[in-house]
Amino acid sequence: MTSQKSAPLVTLTDAARHFGPVRALDGVSLSVFPGDCIGLVGHNGAGKSTLVNLVNGGLPPSSGEVRFDLGETALDAGVRSVFQELSLCPNLTVAENLRISHMELKGFGWRRTARAEIAETLDTVFPDHGIASDAEVDTLSIAQRQMVEIAIGFAPRGQSARLVILDEPTSSLDAGIADQLLQHIKRFCAGGGSVIFISHMLGEIFDVANRIIVLKDGKIVAEKPTADFTRQGLVDAMGHVATETAEAERTGTFGAEVVRTDQGLAARQGEVVGLSGLAGHGQAAALAKLYLSHSSSWRAGRSPQVAFVAGDRQSDGILPLWSILRNMTVSILPKDARFGLVDRQAEQKVADDWKTRIGIRTDDLTNPLLSLSGGNQQKVLFARALASPAPIVIMDDPMRGVDVGTKQDVYAMIRAEAAAGRTFLWYSTETEEVCQCDRVFVFRNGEISAELTGAEITEEKILEASFEMQEAS
Amino acid sequence: MTFLARHRIVLPVVSLAVLLAATFYMQPRAMSYFGLNLLFNLAVPIALATIAQMMIIMVNDIDLSLGAFVSLTACVTATFLQDAPLIGALIMLSLILSYAALGALIHAFDLPAIVVTLGMSFVWGGFALFILPSPGGSSPEWLRALMTVKPPFAPMAVVAAIIIALVTHLLIMRSGIGTVLRGVGGNARSVGRAGWSLIRLKALAYGLAGLFGVLAGMTLVGLTTAADANIAMRYTLLSIAGVILGGGEFIGGKVSPTGAVIGALTLTLAASFLSFMRLSSDWQIGAQGAILILVLTARLIFRQGGRT
Repeated sequence: MTSQKSAPLVTLTDAARHFGPVRALDGVSLSVFPGDCIGLVGHNGAGKSTLVNLVNGGLPPSSGEVRFDLGETALDAGVRSVFQELSLCPNLTVAENLRISHMELKGFGWRRTARAEIAETLDTVFPDHGIASDAEVDTLSIAQRQMVEIAIGFAPRGQSARLVILDEPTSSLDAGIADQLLQHIKRFCAGGGSVIFISHMLGEIFDVANRIIVLKDGKIVAEKPTADFTRQGLVDAMGHVATETAEAERTGTFGAEVVRTDQGLAARQGEVVGLSGLAGHGQAAALAKLYLSHSSSWRAGRSPQVAFVAGDRQSDGILPLWSILRNMTVSILPKDARFGLVDRQAEQKVADDWKTRIGIRTDDLTNPLLSLSGGNQQKVLFARALASPAPIVIMDDPMRGVDVGTKQDVYAMIRAEAAAGRTFLWYSTETEEVCQCDRVFVFRNGEISAELTGAEITEEKILEASFEMQEAS
Repeated sequence: MTFLARHRIVLPVVSLAVLLAATFYMQPRAMSYFGLNLLFNLAVPIALATIAQMMIIMVNDIDLSLGAFVSLTACVTATFLQDAPLIGALIMLSLILSYAALGALIHAFDLPAIVVTLGMSFVWGGFALFILPSPGGSSPEWLRALMTVKPPFAPMAVVAAIIIALVTHLLIMRSGIGTVLRGVGGNARSVGRAGWSLIRLKALAYGLAGLFGVLAGMTLVGLTTAADANIAMRYTLLSIAGVILGGGEFIGGKVSPTGAVIGALTLTLAASFLSFMRLSSDWQIGAQGAILILVLTARLIFRQGGRT
C-alpha cells in the first residue's frame, strides 16, 4: 500500500443524502486512494446504494461535499459504476453498447475501434468468454450480459478507468467466472486502479478487499483493513441493533399447517411467518407465486383463501382516483353484494368499523385516498386485506416508507388477528420486523437458506444466513 | 434463436416478394419499367412518412399527428414553396424545429407522446386548412421534374426507395449518433447515466421525424401536383403499420429503416394488388387490414418458434 500517500481520487466529507424525512446517508466521510480495493458491506437499507450514487455522481449530496481530484464530475475523474440491475441497451450489440458510454468514439470506422476495444477488455477480464462483440445483447444470457457490463466498466473508453464501483457483480456469475473477475480486480488494483466492491458473499470481500467499510443506518460503523476483521466480527458490526423489541408475546400454539410450497415455505394456522434475507433474493417472487396459486384469475369468489397487502403502493396497491372508502372495501364487494349490486350500507359499516379499528386519520371516508399520508394509505391497504374473510394474509414488504407510530399500530393489529386464527406471511426488508415473527425463512439466491424458529430468530442468525459464509472458490 | 428471429429483415422481404409475385401473376403487364413505376409511385411519400414515424417509435413514443403534419407540409409546398420559395423554406425549417421542440417538451414534462401528438394533429390540420381552405395549389416545377425523372434500368420509385433505405440505414444503424438514439429506446436510463442529455436526444429524434415528414409532404405534391388539407390523413396509420411490417417493435428501440421502407412498399402494393383482384373499393381497406394481420401473425409465429 505504497500508493496510500498519493492524493485521493474521491473525497467525501460529511456527505449526507436525505429522501424526504428518510436519512438514507447520514454524514459519511470517505477517501478512495489509487490502488484501494474497498469492500462495502451492510444490510438492506444501510445506505450502500446511496453512497455509490454519491460517489458516481448519480445523486448530489443533500449536505456535505463530494470532491474529485480530476475535473468536476465523476465521469471526468474516471469513475465508473457497474450496477446490480442490468443497465445495457438490449437492442444494441455489445460493441454498440460500448459506444453509448464512450462519447469520443466518432467518425468513420468507429465500429471497428469499438469492437476491438470491447473484445480486448473482455479477453483481459474474462479469458475464454465466448462473447461475440457483434452479438445483440438480448441474445446473451444474464451472466454474459453481466460480463459485458463489467467489461464496459473496465474498458479504457478514451481515458482509463480509475475507480470502478461494482455493485453485487457476481450475483449472476458462476464461481469460475466470478473468480476471473476477482483476479482481474486484484490485477487492476495492483496497477494503481481503485475498486469499490459490494457483495453479499463475504468470502469474496475478504479475498479482494484491502479495506472493509461497514455501513449501518446511513453511517459508517466500522472501517478497518481487511486483516483486522474476522468473519464473525464483520457480521457483528453489520448487526447488533439493540434487540429491545418485546419477544414475550409469542404464544407457540398453532393450528394445522395451511401453506406448504415446493420451495419449503410453510405456515400453520395462527402463525406469523417472516420472510427475510437481502432484498431481491426471491422473497417477493415466492409470495406472488403463492398468492397466484391460491387465487383464481376468473372468479373473485365470496370467500377468498388469501388476501394480499402490497408494499409497492403506487404500482400495485392503491386506486389513486378513488375515495378512502372505495379503496378499503374493494376486496369485499362481492361478499355483501345483492343481485350483483353494491350494498352501500354494508360497505359503509365495514369501512367505519375498520377506520376505528386500525386508526385511519381522516374526518371523512369519502375523501380521496391521496389526501392521506403514506402511512395511512398503507393502513387502508391493510384494512382492505383484513376486511376480507381470507384466512391467509400475504404481505410483501408492507411497511416501506411507513412511520414508526403506524408500524406499532399495525404490529398490534397483526398480533391480534393472528391470535384470532389468521395466518400471516410477511416479507420485510427490516430485520427488526422479521424478529417479531413466530418463524422466519431466510432467502438467498431465490432459495431458502435457513428456517429459524422461536429463540433462534435473532438479527445475527438472519444476517449469517443472508450472507454467503463460504470461501469464494 | 432461429434464422428468422435473428435476421428480422427476412420476413418483410419475403412478404414483399410474395405480394409482388402474386401481383405479377395476376397482371403480367405490371412487370415492366412503366408498370413498376405506376405500382410504386405513391410509395415514395409513404416510405418517407414511415421513416419519420420510425424515428419516433425508435425512442419508445408514437406519433399520431404525422398524417396531419404531412398534409400541412404538402399544403405549404403547393402554396408558399411554389410562390415564395424563401418563405416556404423558412416555414418548413420552423416546422422541423417545432417538431424538435415537441420532443423536448414531451421528455421534459414526461408527457405521454400519444396524447400530445393527438392534440397536435388538430393544430397541424388547422394550419393546413388555413393555408389551403380548398384543394388546389401547384407543385414547384423542379419538384415535379424530380418526381417524374426517368432513370435508366429502374423506375424513379424503386431508385428513390433504395436511396431512402440506404441513407437512413447509414444514419440510424451505422452512425454513432444513430446508435445512441436507438439506445434511448432500449434503455434510456443507462444512456442518461453515461452522460448523454436525454432531452437533446429526444429533440433530435423528433427533429429527424419532422425532417422526413417535410420530405414526405414535398414528394407527395411532386407526384399529385396539387394539395388539400386532408391529403395525407391516412399516413398516420399507414406509417405505423409500415414500421411494424418492416420488423420494428413498438418499444425497445428495435427498428429497421430498410424494413420500414420495405413495409411502406408492401402496403402500397397491397392496395394495387386488391385493385387487380377487382375487389370493390368498399372492401379494400378491410382487405388491406387483413394482409397486415396476416403478416404480423406470421411474424409472431416465427418469433415464438424461435423462443422454444
